[in-house]
Formats: sequence, C-alpha cells, structure tokens
Amino acid sequence: MNWSDTLIQLQYDLGAPQELSWLVEGITFFVGAFVLANAALVLALLLIWITRKVVSRIQDRIGPNRLGPFGLFQTVADAVKLLSKEDIKPTTADTPSYLLAPVLSVMGVLMALAVLPIGAGLIGTDLNIGVLYLVALGSLGIMAALMAGWGSNNKYALLAGFRVVAQLLSYEIPMVLAMLAPVLLIGTMSMQGLVQAQSFFLGPVNLGVGWFVFLLPGAFLIYFIAALAEAEQTPFDLLEAESELIAGFHIEYSGMKFAMFFLAQFLNSFFLGAIAVTLFLGGWQGPFAGQIPLLGPIYFLAKTFLVYVVIQWIKGTFPRVRIDQMMGFAWKVLVPLVLALILAQMVILKLPLPLWINYLLVLAANLAVVATVLNIMGNYFQSEQIRSKRAFEPKSLIGTMQPVQSSSGD
Amino acid sequence: MPELPFPLPSVQQVIFVLIAGLMILGALTVVLARNLFHSALGLVAAFFGAAGLYLVAEAEFIGVSQVLVYVGAISTLITFAIMLTRGMMFGATSPRNRQSGTAAMITLLAFVVLWALVSTIPWPQAGEAIGDGEAIIAGLGRAFVNEYVVPFQLLAMLLLVALAGAIVLARDRK
Repeated sequence: MNWSDTLIQLQYDLGAPQELSWLVEGITFFVGAFVLANAALVLALLLIWITRKVVSRIQDRIGPNRLGPFGLFQTVADAVKLLSKEDIKPTTADTPSYLLAPVLSVMGVLMALAVLPIGAGLIGTDLNIGVLYLVALGSLGIMAALMAGWGSNNKYALLAGFRVVAQLLSYEIPMVLAMLAPVLLIGTMSMQGLVQAQSFFLGPVNLGVGWFVFLLPGAFLIYFIAALAEAEQTPFDLLEAESELIAGFHIEYSGMKFAMFFLAQFLNSFFLGAIAVTLFLGGWQGPFAGQIPLLGPIYFLAKTFLVYVVIQWIKGTFPRVRIDQMMGFAWKVLVPLVLALILAQMVILKLPLPLWINYLLVLAANLAVVATVLNIMGNYFQSEQIRSKRAFEPKSLIGTMQPVQSSSGD
Repeated sequence: MPELPFPLPSVQQVIFVLIAGLMILGALTVVLARNLFHSALGLVAAFFGAAGLYLVAEAEFIGVSQVLVYVGAISTLITFAIMLTRGMMFGATSPRNRQSGTAAMITLLAFVVLWALVSTIPWPQAGEAIGDGEAIIAGLGRAFVNEYVVPFQLLAMLLLVALAGAIVLARDRK
C-alpha cells in the first residue's frame, strides 16, 4: 500500500466528494511534498552537526558541546544567526540571476526527494524512469552555479563558477554510467523496482542482503568517487577551498542566500549517499524488513547516515586534489574504466550461459575495475610522494635520481 | 452549484496554459533581452517548459531526457560560449538589426504553416494501448536497434562530424 493511496482513501473516508478527485490528489501530493521538503531542512541541521562532530573527533577536538545535549542545538543557533543577518546585494549584481541562483540550487537538490524510496510504500512517486530523473536533476545545480557566478558580477565568482561546471560535468559522466550498471542488471529504472531486486530469500524469509554492491563493487566504487566530486566533498572540494578561495562562486552571497547554498551542499551529499544506498546497498532492504514494514525506513536511514559519516570521515582525512589531478582522474581513469565496465557487463549478460556464471563474470569484471582504480591511485600517490620529497632535496641533487643520504648523526 | 456559462477547464488544461505562458515568456526573453546571458536564461526556461509539456502528455521519458540533454548539456554549452565571448558578457547589446523585419515575417510564416499542419493532420489517438512507461522505454530501445538503426547511427555520425569539425575550426593554425 502506497502512502498516497492511504492518504487519498483517508480523505474520501472523511467525506471528500468523489467528483473532486483532482483536488484530493492535489492535497495529497501537496502534503507529501510539504512534509518531505521541511523534513529535509531539519535534516540539514542534523547533517551539519554530524559533520562538525565527526571532523572534530578526527582532529582530536570535541566539537560543539555547549548548546543542548551533545551540542545538538548549536546548528539551530547558527541557522537563526544566518537568518537574522543583513541581506547584502552587490549594486552591480545582475538581479534576476543573482536572486534565482540560490533558489534553483536548493530546488535541484530537494527534488531528488520525490523518487527516494524510504520504505516499502514510502516513496514520493515511483517514476518508471526514477534513475534518469535523478540524473537530470544534476543539471539544475550546474545552472545554479553558473547563474550565481555570473550574476554576482565578480570575476572571481565567475571563474569559480566555471570551475564548478567543469567539475560537475566531468564527474556526471562516470556517475551516470555507474548508475546504469544496476539498471542494466535487472532492466528497470524504477527506484522501488531496484530496491526490490536486492532482496535475498533464504527459504521463505527475506534477509534483504542481496545488495548490488556484492555483485557490482566496481560500479559502486566509481559511483562513490564521482558522487564525492558531485557533492563537492573532500578530496574534490577545491571548488569550495575555504582557506584559499573563500567558497568560490558564492563569494558575494551573505546571510540567508549563503545559507541556501550551504544547505544545498549538505543535503546533496546526503542524497547522493541515499542514492548509493538505494542503488547498491539494498535501500530499505534488510533482515525482516518484509515482515515488519517499520524496519524499512530505519534500515534506509541507518545506511544513509552511515554513508554520510564515511563521507565526513574522508573529509577529515584526505588532502585536497589539484584541479588538473581532478580533471585528469575523471577523464583518463574513471570514464574509460566505467565505459569498459558497462560494455563488458552488457556483453556478459547476453552470453548464453547459466545465470550464475554470467553473474560471476560480471563480478570478475568489477573486481578487475576495482583493482585497476586502486592500482592507478596507488602508483600516482607513490610518485607524488617521491616528487614532493624531491622538492626538499638540495639543489645539487635534482636530476641525479639519487635518494637523499640520511645523516646518521641524529 | 450554479451552472457556469462555460465548462470548467480541466487540471491538465490549467497546467498546460501555465507552462505555455512560461514558455512564451522565456522565448520572448530570448529574442528581446538586451543582455545575452538573460537570453540564455530565457532559453533554459523555454526548455523547461517543453519538458513540462512532455510531462503533461505523460511522456516522462522524453520530458526527463529533455531536461538532461537541453538544460544539462546544451544550455550549459551556450552559456559557456556566451561567457567566453569577449564583449558580449557584460554590457547591453541591441537585439535588433536590419534583418529584424525579415526574421519576424519568416517566423510568422513558419508559425502559420505549423499551425495549419497541426490543425489539419488527423492525429492518431493512442488511448489505453500505450501501456506503462517501462514498456515504452523498452520499445524505444528496441526500435533504435531494429527499425531505426540507420537513422540513429547517422545522427550519431553527424554529431561526431560536427564535433571533429568544431575542433578543426578552433585549432590554432601556425
């Protein structure tokens, strides 16, 4: 039973006339959208708190701990502060694009909520093209960044806007192709269909652990890396680079408009994690989720928050990449690999073999992709390490390929 | 409930009028805005309106593809081209030149021809036979590799040629 059917039935039971069905449906979807959108805004406060706590623990600090239990209300206070700040608009700014950009940025992120399956019947609308819908939403964020960068009438904001578009467009391709892997496997783009395909029956009991990540680890890895870049998270947060760029394309925004960009960014990393959970980590599937429907949303949220914490963990530990490294990694490593992976998967799935052999071959191809990505990254980091050590060598040694003699005295 | 002198519009009709209004506004911005970037934004609005119309017609796949391709890729490309063109980015450029009259006449002619075509062609009514969206996507995919494989490949070829041609044109000649 879908939540919307339940709500529609409730309204008819309360005495809504049958001939006003369009109004009843309208009210239903308005209520759903209203609840989801506002829940997302409250969620953002929690997300910012988690980020602060996780990152400060990694940095051997305590993090916010004064306001409310565990400092939970610190972000609420910050939000109130941002709301009450003076709203500054540069006099030379291009008014329509300057004002529309933050709205568009939040809108593009919030619209993802419409197709996220939170529980068995808990999905805004189960579009049969759910995955494609999510892909299309990414373009709204790109437009928002361009409008903000251009509308601010600041050359630094404009340049940062270009960088945002370059990064988002480059990483959209591997992300979309990686999202295609589970779609190809079961042949549906409906989010609920994808989640239901990840069940695992042991006799009559659905253990819900047939996650695609076990079959498609390569696609998951590529999706996760690309999603980090799409969410502008470390190690791909050079667009934001708080210490150098002062947040790039939204440099001219203050107060509530700045808060909206901030909100969009936090919610985006959460939702990209939620998409990862839906496509690869079983969504709301889990042991006994079929018997007790309440467990579905709990599993979904638990997994998503776990992915979010992992993203923050990466934020706390990884260094930031340079822009040439970032672009090179997308176009020279991720795109060819994911193209090869998708091609291999399509060919393998069409081979006239027993299904389990097909799946084994797909798994082998994915493991090869994982090994290649890790190998390339390992080699690259090693050479970078040698290079950065060389930078501190005496000038006379440069070019001689000789390691520095360690002085044995100390 | 008193009888109305005209039938109440259906929800679809209201939505259609709203979206069409947005599209017309966007299209007028494209043509009349003094700032090229505003024209580009108007174009994006028109593309969104087209996607909305597809959604009203229950062609979700085409609607979402419209957003993906036109808003996501083509508008970004156009915006980039405008932004990287010196002198066009800031300051107003007049949208009018000597060919405005001719252009308006040709546009009007195209509109009349299209309108005459659309209103005279007996459009097939699909009704309930379409089936759900999943079947549509599968059928679309099958049509691309069976019936329409040659046009499909030719289109891809055309895009490739355009891409290569653009690179050749833009190459720095010594």
